[in-house]
Amino acid sequence: MMDNLPELPVWVEMLTLALLSSAMLLALIRLYRGPSPADRIVALDLIASVTLCFAVAFAVISGVSRYLDIAAIVALVTFIGTVAYATYLKKRYND
Amino acid sequence: MTSSVITSFFLIAGAFFSLLAAIGVLRFPDLYTRMHAATKAPAFGLLLLQTGAAVYFSSLYTTLISILVIVIIFLTAPVASHLISRVAHYTGTQKWSKTLIDELEAESIIPEASEKTGGEESS
Repeated sequence: MMDNLPELPVWVEMLTLALLSSAMLLALIRLYRGPSPADRIVALDLIASVTLCFAVAFAVISGVSRYLDIAAIVALVTFIGTVAYATYLKKRYND
Repeated sequence: MTSSVITSFFLIAGAFFSLLAAIGVLRFPDLYTRMHAATKAPAFGLLLLQTGAAVYFSSLYTTLISILVIVIIFLTAPVASHLISRVAHYTGTQKWSKTLIDELEAESIIPEASEKTGGEESS
């Protein structure tokens, strides 16, 4: 699986991971601060997207294409999670 | 060599768009403007990253997985964010002071929805 894959410069890998890490950090700050529960749901949605980006970037950096399956699974689960949070919020408000 | 340069470009651009989304989520004044940042930019960043991965591995399996993930994200992200915004509007989340127009409130969809759920609860 590792045969004749192109070589990426190290600074590209480091810059990608640094950008994604700072995105995750900012999303976590919003998750901590968020005045309303809906803000926290938005932050969680963003964290899931950044996790997807991490999985794809890590697949490219490590050179193992099987890691892309993680992205597919997380993409499927995220939607259900967001819908569940929204439904819970509405139910709690109705009660 | 060429493939490496293209992959590097796509990786950095995708990560940059994720960072833009996070900055928007942190800095915007309102839930609805935050959601505007949190829905579009990460989807585009993920599209760029997946394209980079497909170019890098250049195999059929990787390309199919990338297309699958892109299609899933672009189908579900708008639905999820629409759901969140509806629930937020329903539960009365505070709007930005400079908001100009609120068509959902003007059309009075909200009382109808509350009546419907109230009926479901009592039954």
